[in-house]
Amino acid sequence: MASLDTGGGDGGHKKGPGVKKAKKLSTRVDMTPMVDLGFLLITFFIFTTTMSTPAAMQLFMPKDTDKKEEQNKAKESGALTILLGKGDQVYYYEAQMLPDGSNFKSTNFKGIRDVIINKKKSTPEDDLVVVIKPNDEATYKNTVDILDEMTINEIKRFALVDITPQENEPLKATEASNGIK
Amino acid sequence: MTPFVDIAFLILSFFMLVTKFKPPEPVEITTPNSVSTDKLPENDAVLVELASDGRVFFSMRAESNPEAKYQVIKNLNTTRNLGLTEAEMQNYMRVHSVGVPFSQLKGLLSRPVDQHKNIAQPGIPVKDSVSNELYYWVRDAISAFQGKKINYLIKGDNSAKYPDFKRVLEAFKRNEQFKFQLVTSPEDAPVGTPLYQTRNKPK
Repeated sequence: MASLDTGGGDGGHKKGPGVKKAKKLSTRVDMTPMVDLGFLLITFFIFTTTMSTPAAMQLFMPKDTDKKEEQNKAKESGALTILLGKGDQVYYYEAQMLPDGSNFKSTNFKGIRDVIINKKKSTPEDDLVVVIKPNDEATYKNTVDILDEMTINEIKRFALVDITPQENEPLKATEASNGIK
Repeated sequence: MTPFVDIAFLILSFFMLVTKFKPPEPVEITTPNSVSTDKLPENDAVLVELASDGRVFFSMRAESNPEAKYQVIKNLNTTRNLGLTEAEMQNYMRVHSVGVPFSQLKGLLSRPVDQHKNIAQPGIPVKDSVSNELYYWVRDAISAFQGKKINYLIKGDNSAKYPDFKRVLEAFKRNEQFKFQLVTSPEDAPVGTPLYQTRNKPK
């Protein structure tokens, strides 16, 4: 395929003496370089294309307010507080944290989904509120993941709140005892 | 051989049409995944990028009215006494994103855009409320886009820390802006979850 056919010498029929044979020029052109270049471009474009276009995740934050009466109140029984620490670990407690810390539990991002689903099943829909409190060592990924978990489990009411020292302390203690770096 | 080459060129033309070249970004950011499916707005948007080391970059997506970008830099120049020349302000129009404090902005904009990737950008200061310069960027973007609904995009890196993200949010909150859109990579809803059931409900 890749050779230019020039008609080649005396391959044709013999004419009489003195009759010159018109040289037959082939119309076939060597395609190899073009195809080579084509494949080069294909590989280039394959590597440069980003197929997945980014998606936007909506996040609505409440206005900061110091007035007690403007703050949203949550029924204690329907509250689930999720704390985010380092090493992709998740800590949670239901309702209020007991002084002895007995309802302070730790899990990971796989386990938290079941916790949320169970909580959602066991509480009336209007009472359910999830409070998310990342501490200073939580990553942005953890925060987005837990917000995403709210969408996945269709939790209507949730809030992104700062962690309090009372909550951060048992969190740090659990991290130290579990050896999480 | 011929059909093979035909297909190859078909694929080639497909990729050429599909490819969208990204503008050069000063930092590489890997976004987290989410199940969201909303498209990113192309226009009238303010994009704040948060790098893994906590540096903050500001950029505007205003292809339909480039005038807005000029307004922002002009306002900042007068209110913050940046001392920019007209040429430097025009230069800003071509810049994708900016990640320097106001004190270094003149130094950055006096250089041509194609050299910006060689300049180390320390990020826009957001650390405390006194030196939160992102607040001024957002404030002027609001006045430049006047009357339009602005989309606030936040693009954070997976390993960025939560406190940095919180400070970015605070810069917006001080401007009385509370609705954000986080830039994420799409993924499917996990099987068996309530969202999965809603999305796959037989009609």
